Amino acid sequence: MAVAVPPFEIFYDAHKDEVLAFLRKRVGRDRADDVFQDTFLRALRAYERLEHGEHLRAWVLTIASRLIVDGARRDRPEARLASEPGGEDERPAYEELAPLTDGLPPKERAAVVLRYGYDLDYDEIGDALGSSEQAARQAASAGVRRLRKEKP
Amino acid sequence: MTRVSHELDERLRAAAAATGLLDLAYDVLDDTPVGPLLVGVSDRGLARISFDADPEPQLEQLARLYGPRILRSSRPVERVRRELDEYFDGRRRDFDLELDLRAAPAYHRLVLEKLARVGYGHTTTYGALAAESGNPRAARAVGTVMNRNPVPIVLPCHRVVGANGSLTGYGGGLDRKEWLLRLEGAIL
Repeated sequence: MAVAVPPFEIFYDAHKDEVLAFLRKRVGRDRADDVFQDTFLRALRAYERLEHGEHLRAWVLTIASRLIVDGARRDRPEARLASEPGGEDERPAYEELAPLTDGLPPKERAAVVLRYGYDLDYDEIGDALGSSEQAARQAASAGVRRLRKEKP
Repeated sequence: MTRVSHELDERLRAAAAATGLLDLAYDVLDDTPVGPLLVGVSDRGLARISFDADPEPQLEQLARLYGPRILRSSRPVERVRRELDEYFDGRRRDFDLELDLRAAPAYHRLVLEKLARVGYGHTTTYGALAAESGNPRAARAVGTVMNRNPVPIVLPCHRVVGANGSLTGYGGGLDRKEWLLRLEGAIL
């Protein structure tokens, strides 16, 4: 049976400190507070459409990451490549990855998007998915293999 | 370890309430004369007053009744807090609040509507309320409705007593019932 979507209060309380820490690391103390608020307001807007309560941590970190990328692009369009996580090599940007990974099982999808879209380390991804670093690595590589098969 | 500051936390909670997307906003009124109260408000009105003020064990149940977008936020609860304060101070006899009784079954709503007409400082009996609700023999069922009253104090189930005048029972405990009736001058 799918894990039920928890009351928003419980979701917020469980992840707020970590989301803020993540944002401070990425955009600095000054901007982190604003993006923090946008992250949880966006999560609230999407909350009704959630079908289960799994991987909420990866989900909210993904929302936060997306807002950072959007913000960076808005602020400095010319600096887009440099500011985009993963932009320094051929890794696809997160928005190219998102539709491509639609068909993956949720855990593999989250692992692939967080690794290649947002450049998170495997231990961070493991934390986000509630599994080990090793399991995160396996989920990401299984996802990539599946993508190669499905979308040649 | 990074911690969200009180200020940032309150800002988010106020902003979330301002979106109008919350299924239920709640807050705990810590120091009322009848102890801490949990108050829940939906976009339709006051939905919940609970003498069990610890939110944690109730959130799942509230989510099933009203939806999962439940958040503690003081602003939406402000008006209820003010009216309750005035009531406890003896400065208010009637509440002027919209109620959201959607979680109550139809019969409960019917009885609660009759209950709402029992005025400040007056009492009625379970049997009388049962008769008014269409079945004089349903005193026990009325007792159950009182016990599950989603908004005690505002819907005055404390004004319902036994046929012999005894206080009988109260979801929040007899001490509270007695205190409320004394406040209203219904007993000495």
